[in-house]
Amino acid sequence: METRRVVFIGVGGQGNLLASRLLGEASLFKGIPAVVSEIHGMAQRGGIVESAVLMGDATSPIVSNGEADVLIGFEPLETLRALGKCNRETVVITNTHPLPPFNVSVGQGTYPPLEEIMALIRSKAKKVISLDGNKLAAEAGNPLSLNMVMLGALIGSGAIPIGPDDMKEVISTSTKKAFLESNLKAFDLGLESAQ
Amino acid sequence: MHKLLSQDSGKEMVLLGNEAIARGALEAGVSFATCYPGTPSSEIPEQFFAISRETDLYFEYSTNEKVALEVGAAAAISGLRTMVTMKHVGLNVAADPLMTLAYVGVKGGMVIINADDPSLFSSQNEQDNRYYARLSTLPMLEPTSTQEMKDMTVAAIAISEELELPVIIRTTTRLNHIRGHVTLGELRPVKAKDTFQKNPFHFVCVPAVSRNLHKLLLEKYDRALEESENSQYNQIIGDGKWGIVANGVSFNYVSDAVSDLGISDKVSTLRVGFSWPIPKGLCARFLRHVDKVLVVEELEPVNENDLKAIAQENGITIPIKGKGVGGLSRLFEYDPGMVRKAIAEYFGIDYQAPEGLDLSDLPELPGRPPNLCAGCPHRATFYAVKEAYGADAINPTDIGCYTLGLLPPISMADMVICMGSSVSSSCGFSRATDQAVVSFIGDSTFFHSGITGLINAVHNNHKFTLVILDNGTTAMTGHQPHPGVDTGPMGVELTQISLEELVRGCGVKDVHVVSPFKLKKTIESVRAAKEFDGVSVIISKEFCPLFARATGQQKKVRPFHIDQNRCKNHRVCINKLACPAMYLEGERVEINRDLCIGCTVCAQVCPENAILPLKE
Repeated sequence: METRRVVFIGVGGQGNLLASRLLGEASLFKGIPAVVSEIHGMAQRGGIVESAVLMGDATSPIVSNGEADVLIGFEPLETLRALGKCNRETVVITNTHPLPPFNVSVGQGTYPPLEEIMALIRSKAKKVISLDGNKLAAEAGNPLSLNMVMLGALIGSGAIPIGPDDMKEVISTSTKKAFLESNLKAFDLGLESAQ
Repeated sequence: MHKLLSQDSGKEMVLLGNEAIARGALEAGVSFATCYPGTPSSEIPEQFFAISRETDLYFEYSTNEKVALEVGAAAAISGLRTMVTMKHVGLNVAADPLMTLAYVGVKGGMVIINADDPSLFSSQNEQDNRYYARLSTLPMLEPTSTQEMKDMTVAAIAISEELELPVIIRTTTRLNHIRGHVTLGELRPVKAKDTFQKNPFHFVCVPAVSRNLHKLLLEKYDRALEESENSQYNQIIGDGKWGIVANGVSFNYVSDAVSDLGISDKVSTLRVGFSWPIPKGLCARFLRHVDKVLVVEELEPVNENDLKAIAQENGITIPIKGKGVGGLSRLFEYDPGMVRKAIAEYFGIDYQAPEGLDLSDLPELPGRPPNLCAGCPHRATFYAVKEAYGADAINPTDIGCYTLGLLPPISMADMVICMGSSVSSSCGFSRATDQAVVSFIGDSTFFHSGITGLINAVHNNHKFTLVILDNGTTAMTGHQPHPGVDTGPMGVELTQISLEELVRGCGVKDVHVVSPFKLKKTIESVRAAKEFDGVSVIISKEFCPLFARATGQQKKVRPFHIDQNRCKNHRVCINKLACPAMYLEGERVEINRDLCIGCTVCAQVCPENAILPLKE
């Protein structure tokens, strides 16, 4: 299978490592070779967390600049910052809910207006799917289910060869039972908004 | 049951590289494991810690890597299959036992997992520990995938028992932290105990013994070389005239590049997986077959230099290059695009790299540096020490979360080079300058390598204050226990060492145990310590809030808010503490109630008493 390179970018605490792990599990479920790459350590300290999933025959665990097929940004500023991973064909899926860095919150540096961030992303990438992931997660009944919303949007975009039923099967077997209902609802809301 | 204890041989699982290593240890019959945690190796011992509670596996978090290797050495010499894990700089700490353990050898198989960190994702340097194999004359294996991380661990135990030598498996961060499909093999029953056979004229390394042992080691090296020549992990793929040599994760980049560039028929790739001893015969055959060679290896030109030497010995004069071709340098990790480009350039292939987006017109974006968590007790300690000592004192610091004290507005880190250097460098600073010195070290790091420095300080009459940040855990690497931890809540009963008694036992006369969330008292204690003519120690004791939450030891959380009628916008809170629970709403400071854990520190620094607990 032709390699699909998916880059996840988020901020510590947003759960993008779980999302990339579940995509890796879903690939196994579908019999597609996959390798997931994570960098640990900053997740609990408000830093940027990047992970990648390479599906198909490639054995390299990381994605070079300009080579992502899909970029999933859990935070709009971080999506913009990570555009270096993209080319004109890259599908960019981004949450539109800003999470200003702490240094901005205390008045050091300015967080660009959301409209400006989105306009820049749209002017660079050809296909952009944007959604208020936090709002959808809250609607699903659990603010922490943002990662499920974003996974839903990824599957909904049709950019990778995994269908909603397979992904939901993996979510059902690999996430905590207590959150299953809200996770699946969040996934569906993300899915619908990207279709 | 722990997922790595699955009896389902042949089953496919998605495992983290580090989980695959732990599974490999179980499939190899490892019954004894030790470590000191360190990114990117920490998830291996995490598996063992959990598994040891369900099986006969003995596992311990040792005080440091030297101790871990020595504890493991005795087990392996007694006949048990043993694994010792550490990060690359940990092997510096364990280098002393490593060098002579190589002489003595082992009876039960022993694998040392050494995790290098190219690009310094979470380390103080990016040294290339392939040199340790050469320095110690010990065999080294380098995997390329999660499956191999498991399989090579099993193979390494077998090689170790055959040669009676410890075997080093060298990984890099990219391999430790990838997840991939792994097909499980069979779990082997473990031998939990064996009997030590006395043989002092082999195990006691006085000069007369070691002279013989060095000879023995060189004989074992010759046998290791034979194994390496015939190892399935050293392979030539393809039979083209363009030669490429690669190890570890670089091999993946090379394989993908050869396929992407459509040059499989033109290339021969030598994959070096049993990388020390380097298979000289295989390398010579490879060099004779190809017209020119590109060596792709992250960090130092280790294989490149070896190949040049092998070429010279065999009278082969073809070009051999690595560092300096394309973007291949001694710095940082490689990536697929970089390797593709270097191969195209070296062999003269017409190749256009995929065109990225033009981002030259993007405005400057605010950074997102990591930060101490909301309610982190380190923040309170830093504040109190600065109040007492001022901003001009020299602040040697150490390795842990508190290294983040480097960043403004705390800005209380002046030097760190390795674990424990805070204490010893304070000795030097206090003698070499007339500046005040107050240094910081975490509890786990103090046990790891601060104690000897502190004894040195007392004995040599140095003058400084050492602040031990006692948060009851090894927070930075994921909340592992250490000798000062009450491990009861983690489900293991180990003996807890009192930091205060230990510090007093080192001869320190001026010791203050403070609770950093009581700011006023803490500041008073630091002032008293500052006045002491000699070595004074502040033990600042408060749980890491994440650890407390995870182990059910968290006190009731009562978040605070700002009474906007009282607040006069001095912003002492936000400007001096920089707690991530605080933010600006327009020109007013607010507190995010979901992040605030009610540590009360901001309320204590507010000159208007405007920060108050939220009413329930």
